[in-house]
Amino acid sequence: MGFKILEKEVLGPNVKKIIVEAPHVTRKALPGQFVIIRVNETGERIPLTIAYADKEKGHLMIIFQEVGKTTKLLGTLEVGDEIADVVGPLGRPSEIEKFGTVACLGGGIGTAILMPLIRALKEKGNYVITILGFRTKDLIILEKELKEMSDEFYITTDDGSYGMKGFVTDKLKELLESGRKIDRVFSIGPVPMMKVTCDVTRPYGIKTIVSLNPIMVDGTGMCGACRVEVGGETKFVCVDGPDFDGHQVNFDLLMKRLKAYVDKEKISLELFEKERRK
Amino acid sequence: MPQKISPKKVPMPKQPVEQRIKNFNEVALGYTEEQAIAEAQRCLQCKVPFCIRGCPVEINIPAFIKKIVERKFDEAIKIIKKTNSLPAICGRVCPQEQQCEAACVLGKRFEPVAIGRLERFVADWEAENLGIQVPEKQPPNGYKVAIVGSGPAGLTCAGELAKMGYDVTIYEALHKPGGVLVYGIPEFRLPKKIVEREVEYLKKLGVKIVCDFIIGKTATLDELFTEFGYDAVFIGTGAGLPKFLKLPGENLLGIYSANEFLTRINLMKAYKFPEYDTPIKVGDVVAVIGAGNTAMDAARSALRAGAKKVMIVYRRSRQEMPAREEEIENAEEEGIEFKLLTNPVKFIGDENGWVKEMECIKMKLGEPDESGRRRPIPIPGSEFRIKVDTVVIAIGQSPNPTVPKTTKGLETTKWGTIVVNEHTCATSKEGVFAGGDIIRGEATVILAMGDGRKAAYAIDYYVKNKNKPGIWEELRKATKSFVPKTYEFK
Repeated sequence: MGFKILEKEVLGPNVKKIIVEAPHVTRKALPGQFVIIRVNETGERIPLTIAYADKEKGHLMIIFQEVGKTTKLLGTLEVGDEIADVVGPLGRPSEIEKFGTVACLGGGIGTAILMPLIRALKEKGNYVITILGFRTKDLIILEKELKEMSDEFYITTDDGSYGMKGFVTDKLKELLESGRKIDRVFSIGPVPMMKVTCDVTRPYGIKTIVSLNPIMVDGTGMCGACRVEVGGETKFVCVDGPDFDGHQVNFDLLMKRLKAYVDKEKISLELFEKERRK
Repeated sequence: MPQKISPKKVPMPKQPVEQRIKNFNEVALGYTEEQAIAEAQRCLQCKVPFCIRGCPVEINIPAFIKKIVERKFDEAIKIIKKTNSLPAICGRVCPQEQQCEAACVLGKRFEPVAIGRLERFVADWEAENLGIQVPEKQPPNGYKVAIVGSGPAGLTCAGELAKMGYDVTIYEALHKPGGVLVYGIPEFRLPKKIVEREVEYLKKLGVKIVCDFIIGKTATLDELFTEFGYDAVFIGTGAGLPKFLKLPGENLLGIYSANEFLTRINLMKAYKFPEYDTPIKVGDVVAVIGAGNTAMDAARSALRAGAKKVMIVYRRSRQEMPAREEEIENAEEEGIEFKLLTNPVKFIGDENGWVKEMECIKMKLGEPDESGRRRPIPIPGSEFRIKVDTVVIAIGQSPNPTVPKTTKGLETTKWGTIVVNEHTCATSKEGVFAGGDIIRGEATVILAMGDGRKAAYAIDYYVKNKNKPGIWEELRKATKSFVPKTYEFK
């Protein structure tokens, strides 16, 4: 038993998109939710956000970046191969209403998570400003798709090789300073990016939703590996999140907890790459 | 029967301490045939067997022990399996000292008969000599029952219903069936191959098991009726929500809930890293907070995972420790230190956010509280610090909230347990039954199994009388269970 990969596409360096047959997940999936996958019998359980769920076909789209052993191993699977376990949908769906003008900031792989969100925001009649940020031009993904979906669209690169030079937060700051009225901000990407977004929006009092991606094990509220501090209280991202009011999140703690196993992750990855070279 | 009864149980052969603390293999090795017979001969074969009353599933204990004396092990297992479908598990993890063995007449003067060890012996003998035996089952009756959760309550309920001819499907959230038997109880106390064997047995009975499927997320409980067409549902989702201390510094790195610590080790096999991908960090000095069975499991796992020093930190005294005596003794033998009458007040971290010290306060015991145990009271000014690398918080679990939170009309208590009729396990929602830790908070494997069994017979009665007016009222108000008696007390 397993979950078959039906399609696979390389979106950019180390970024892959797969479509998995998982009708049990898609029938209830909503934007903002995630799945836990385990690639094989000896694999670990990791959370991955649902990029798109085709309810009719039962097809689940996942976009992931290869960073550690598990995601690299997942990246080696081809069409027809099976993932041992896919469970979900997990977490609470994003709260989506008609807010007015919404800025959606996506950094790196966070861009993929914006897809279902922007689609849902548009369906509710929001005016969506999308700002994507990448380190450099070669790493840009989903430009065409998200541009089509958004009312306004910007790209920033850290090195200025494409779009505006700088960070997504620089663009947001520019818009706010120019007097643009923004009713809600969604920021999804690396922790420092989400943290800075919140620093930018705080003086304007704009509610800013961030999607957190800590280390998880079961993903159903049983272990507490994913605990974070929000408004001084301990929350489990898997059941209380992954979306939180960014102005309340203790990002420094999140960053530290994400690094809990760096040494072990390195061992795992080195072994994996050594095996692959054989 | 021998003239002179040995005052002590035949000792359980165990792995030597110095060897076992370096591996995750089972500690207790089990009786040989001769040892089992010698122990079985200690049974007085009482005319009024109090031991049966001490057993939540009323195994005919003297009868199966008699068969051991007669070397008829195949008949012994049949007697046990009439009322207990998971004897290899119960023989290992039941608190016999509070149940059957507590009621043993021999126990008044000597050590009671080692009923648990004999049960285990018979179950292991069957597995080794006969393989998985599938009992006779009724022809399919056309009714469908869904079981939510594959722990001891769910497995038992599924087995009983399958034997009655039901089409049974178990839905499990994790990737492996077994619930707490797989993620919670360590290999050295309950080898996972025994759980796998019991699961195989259910599959042979025709039970379907769907893993990676969370009722309340993947599908709601109501959809099990409306979309999946089940006639009844049994909820056995256990007590999986970890409790934390709510102390400063509790989210520092290196501080685990017992659930996370044990899940990484047991379910994810982190002790075999990097062969298995899931990592765990066990430092040189480990403090486990709490003194229940889970705390003992965590402490002994930490030792096996490479810790140099492991402490149990408990706010009451040894007498109040909720763990089984056998587990406390095992932990002591293995060199676990007990810091009693000690309670943590805060955790102190290093510059990278890792826990490095724990501030504790000394306690003394006051008057008994609602639990009947003497209440621990902090001694002002007695604070002191202990250096630690890893902390495991094992102060208990709450009922899993997933199903109650996503189901309308399911009455729960303020502790989050589902309210049921104790004889039928019927909840406030028609067609829905519940048992095990989800109705009890934190209890035992055998009580969960007892619930699963009671529920199975109540489900059978309900499904077959669905059209009877007031059927649910009847089940809600029942004053006795539907389980047929296999043994009549005179």
